[in-house]
Amino acid sequence: MNKEYDIIVVGAGPAGSMAARFAAERGVSVLMLEKDRDVGYPVRCGEAISKAGVEEFIQSDDKWIASRISKFSFNAPDGTEVIIEFGEAGYVLERRIFDYELARTAAEAGADILTRAYVNGLLFDSDGKVSGVKYEYNGEQKEIKSKIVIAADGVESRVGRWAGLKTHIDFRDMESAVQITAANIPVDQNTLYFYFGKDVAPNGYFWIFPKGHNKANIGLGVSGIIGKKKSAQSFLDDFMNKHYPNAPVLTKIAGGVPCSVTLDKISGPGIMLVGDAARQVNPLSGGGIASGMIGGSIAGRIAAEAIKMNKLEHILTYDKAWHDRLGKRHETFNRIKEGIYNFSDEKFNSIAHSVLKIPIEKRTLGKVFTTALMNNPSLLLDIAKVFVI
Amino acid sequence: MSDSEIKYRMAKTGKLMIEILPDRCDYCGCCVGVCPEDAIELKEAEIFIIDPRCTNCAKCVWSCPIEVIKFNKEGVQAH
Repeated sequence: MNKEYDIIVVGAGPAGSMAARFAAERGVSVLMLEKDRDVGYPVRCGEAISKAGVEEFIQSDDKWIASRISKFSFNAPDGTEVIIEFGEAGYVLERRIFDYELARTAAEAGADILTRAYVNGLLFDSDGKVSGVKYEYNGEQKEIKSKIVIAADGVESRVGRWAGLKTHIDFRDMESAVQITAANIPVDQNTLYFYFGKDVAPNGYFWIFPKGHNKANIGLGVSGIIGKKKSAQSFLDDFMNKHYPNAPVLTKIAGGVPCSVTLDKISGPGIMLVGDAARQVNPLSGGGIASGMIGGSIAGRIAAEAIKMNKLEHILTYDKAWHDRLGKRHETFNRIKEGIYNFSDEKFNSIAHSVLKIPIEKRTLGKVFTTALMNNPSLLLDIAKVFVI
Repeated sequence: MSDSEIKYRMAKTGKLMIEILPDRCDYCGCCVGVCPEDAIELKEAEIFIIDPRCTNCAKCVWSCPIEVIKFNKEGVQAH
């Protein structure tokens, strides 16, 4: 370990690892700190991702692919199932291996990595610029200086807050989730299953994502508005008792998904935010692996450029770069989310019935959305933007 | 006391009424993300409320997916 670094990345999830890698590849010194004992564990995630989302950053590898996805199954509250077929569209990951491999690519690019290092404060210059981190390691309080800090500290992010950015997430936008890995779930191993309706997952969806050999990642998230009355845990118990009362549960964990638009500001003097910490999750799907990696890679690149140009204010261009690449799309997705997830059960049922009339070979996600919007014409403009622009 | 600390104290209704049951906590961070006051400390497997900052707003209670944060009107012992 060096005495100081050009860049310190806080958090070694997908966003942190990509920030570290894209910076280190450009020849600057990088240290990535992880509070947990292991990179990639515990897994708090549904683990589904599109193939394109992965392959922008790492070559597909069977050791972290639990299953290959070619179909979506949408299930309306009355039990109507709508199947959409794709080519090989994506994967369900073994994230505990996937995250580890991403961190390895950062290490290969030259980044130093330290686990069990809990960041609990920031260092500041006399002019208020972030200039390093305070952290606890092996029971000792330590400090280390850097020119730039990249906060990839997840849904529970506090680093950005300490740097003076507004990172607090409205409790209505927090999808508080419970997720299990269960065995003996005899579903098609190449299909992602989504369930809608106020009894299973109000204002969101319940998922069953196959992981091979009839194992499945199963869970749901509920907004704080719903959580006031009934917790995610309670919804999950109800679903499992009804559909798979005897399924052995191999893992069970809670997690949070910030389903909103990106924060207003994701950079400041000496500080950049990436991944869940920046609220870079796709608010419609709740997917954050691919978008976090994109955010991380942009931040890592810009941070390295800033160091090499010796012009630290260059990092402030990150906000626009992110907005142009994905932030703007997320704003549209968020409007669609607010429209769709407020549908009544009757509306979901009637949409499912309409979509079933489209022959399966002609069914696309776009057509499903188009059908959905006949039930809510005000969404027309937003949906048109997603598929046209 | 800083201005923000005074604000925290004034907003408080008196005693701390939010209780995290640490033995059942999964350390997922939902509560930390929604806390408007940065009043929750979360390490790898350790969590507690920073009493002087907590305003008993209960957003953490509503956001806990596994019901391990409770609102206790009687008040709880600070960490």
